[in-house]
Amino acid sequence: MCGNNDRVLPYLARRVVLTIPVLLGVATLVFALIHLIPGDPARAILGDVASEADIAQLRGQLGLDRPLSVQYVSFLSGLARADLGTSLRTGTPVASQILGRLPATFELALAAIVVALTLAIPLGVASAVWRGTFVDHAAMTVSLAGVSMPNFWLGPLLAIVFGVELGWLPVAGRGGPEHIILPAVSLGAALAAVLARMTRATLADQLREPYVLAARARGVSRARAVFLHAFRNSLIPIVTLAGLQVGAVLTGAVITETIFAWPGIGRLLVQSIGFRDYPMVQGCILLIAVTYVAVNLVVDLAYGVLDPRIRYQ
Amino acid sequence: MRNAGVFIVTVVVLAAIAGPWLVQFDPSAQELALRLEGPSTLHWFGLDELGRDILSRVLSGARVSLVVGLVVVSVSALIGAAVGSIAGYYGGIVDEAISRFIDILLAFPGLLLAIALVAVLGPSLTNVVLALASIGWVGYARVVRAQVLQAREFEYVVAAHAIGAATPRILIRHILPAAFPALTVQATLGMGGAILSEAALSFLGLGVQPPTPSWGAMINYGRVHVLDAPHLTVFPGLAIAVVVLGLNLLGDGLRDSVEERSGGSKGPPLRYQRARRASLPLPARTTSGRADAQRTQDT
Repeated sequence: MCGNNDRVLPYLARRVVLTIPVLLGVATLVFALIHLIPGDPARAILGDVASEADIAQLRGQLGLDRPLSVQYVSFLSGLARADLGTSLRTGTPVASQILGRLPATFELALAAIVVALTLAIPLGVASAVWRGTFVDHAAMTVSLAGVSMPNFWLGPLLAIVFGVELGWLPVAGRGGPEHIILPAVSLGAALAAVLARMTRATLADQLREPYVLAARARGVSRARAVFLHAFRNSLIPIVTLAGLQVGAVLTGAVITETIFAWPGIGRLLVQSIGFRDYPMVQGCILLIAVTYVAVNLVVDLAYGVLDPRIRYQ
Repeated sequence: MRNAGVFIVTVVVLAAIAGPWLVQFDPSAQELALRLEGPSTLHWFGLDELGRDILSRVLSGARVSLVVGLVVVSVSALIGAAVGSIAGYYGGIVDEAISRFIDILLAFPGLLLAIALVAVLGPSLTNVVLALASIGWVGYARVVRAQVLQAREFEYVVAAHAIGAATPRILIRHILPAAFPALTVQATLGMGGAILSEAALSFLGLGVQPPTPSWGAMINYGRVHVLDAPHLTVFPGLAIAVVVLGLNLLGDGLRDSVEERSGGSKGPPLRYQRARRASLPLPARTTSGRADAQRTQDT
């Protein structure tokens, strides 16, 4: 046990340490964003009709009148204090606005992942068990269609059918549990398709392994061999992929939240782009990227704990 | 599956090229009196909120999407192949530096960095291509790097090095051709991704600007009329789904072919695995022959 911990802890420490330069790189890219604005960023934000005095004031507010190195150090030290600047639109701290929206986005992302797993696992298992049959072809065609279907198209279609024609579900806002169904399905459909294909591939591989054949030879029922033996061993890559797909879910949330007027970070980002509120844009991008890095780290760590072979490498 | 992909992609490309001759209506011509009119024998996909023919706009949008996809994939593949080759061939600190930079770019979920870049550069077709290519090359670089790492150990590469062949020649003549099949698969699947991303950016108002038709923008404008004129949303969305489905089918088929030819990414070819398994000793007692049945089903 002690020996096991001796191997796990350095692995965990190494993974955490390797994340630090990535986070620094992410922060640097986000810092650079505002400097990529063609011409004078302050003039671009305020528009051509703004007076020189207003432009100079905004330049001072954003710190653009200071040397680049000073701006960079100030940006990083602000991040260390969780200070993401002030919104140009509302005049309130960016961090507090983002934190206020965070629960809605996390709620939607979690619901989408639950929807995806609920749809993907039965589809993938059926496809792997009845490989090469009509069930397999139908399931994989459905999943391929799911991958190909843009969520900004699926969302309005779901809203037409279930919100307008049938009147079963609300199509906008965040309220009771019924409000999250359409956005979660819209966001989770593509993920479900990816996971179904992964489930099929990994389970089909496992079903060909000698230990499954041995179990069957010992008289273990087919269902037991599939679910208790093969499927359990397929879960690690499936869960890993679900974790890694959080990035796609967070990006998809930008669009889904816009369609369903879901008050999360994605909608805040799109609104801020419209208002040229660049400190808010930077804050939203940074938070989504950091969340993605953190989820990837957790997935990596979990993978190392679940599969001992990984941490020895 | 691959044939279905080839068929769909061919039809879409032909329709996009022949669009102006297939449809008699100008994609920008407006008939305000007929605005939001549904599909008819004259206007197969109906008319939009400004009375423009949706079929001609969908076909015109196909040209935009395909060109964006093609340019993004070409630029990304070129940059990715160059960077991946350098990282894989030289290894050491060069590989380390490139890999860490790639790690940073990968820390941004796919489309997010493109949204951020277009938000600051300003919405336009050029900026969409620039933004998508500036994140797209990463995937190609990883694929090529992995292939080059393998290929540089091949005997003919070592031999070329030993007889004094220049590094660019070794990379271009001997190593990159080995990476070409994987690169082709990545490019085919990447083109579907690029088309989806362009449509998503246009949907958010950050991509192609009016009056140039774009599938994403058409869905966005159609959303307002989703109750009274759903055809505004349905047809452009269907076009995106069909073309991306075609490219995914084609990419999947190519990947299967490449893996079959190279013996699979995770080990020996399936045929060999099956043959090898057939020679495994069976347990002494098989209950009601179910293991044999399972084996039969597997193969």
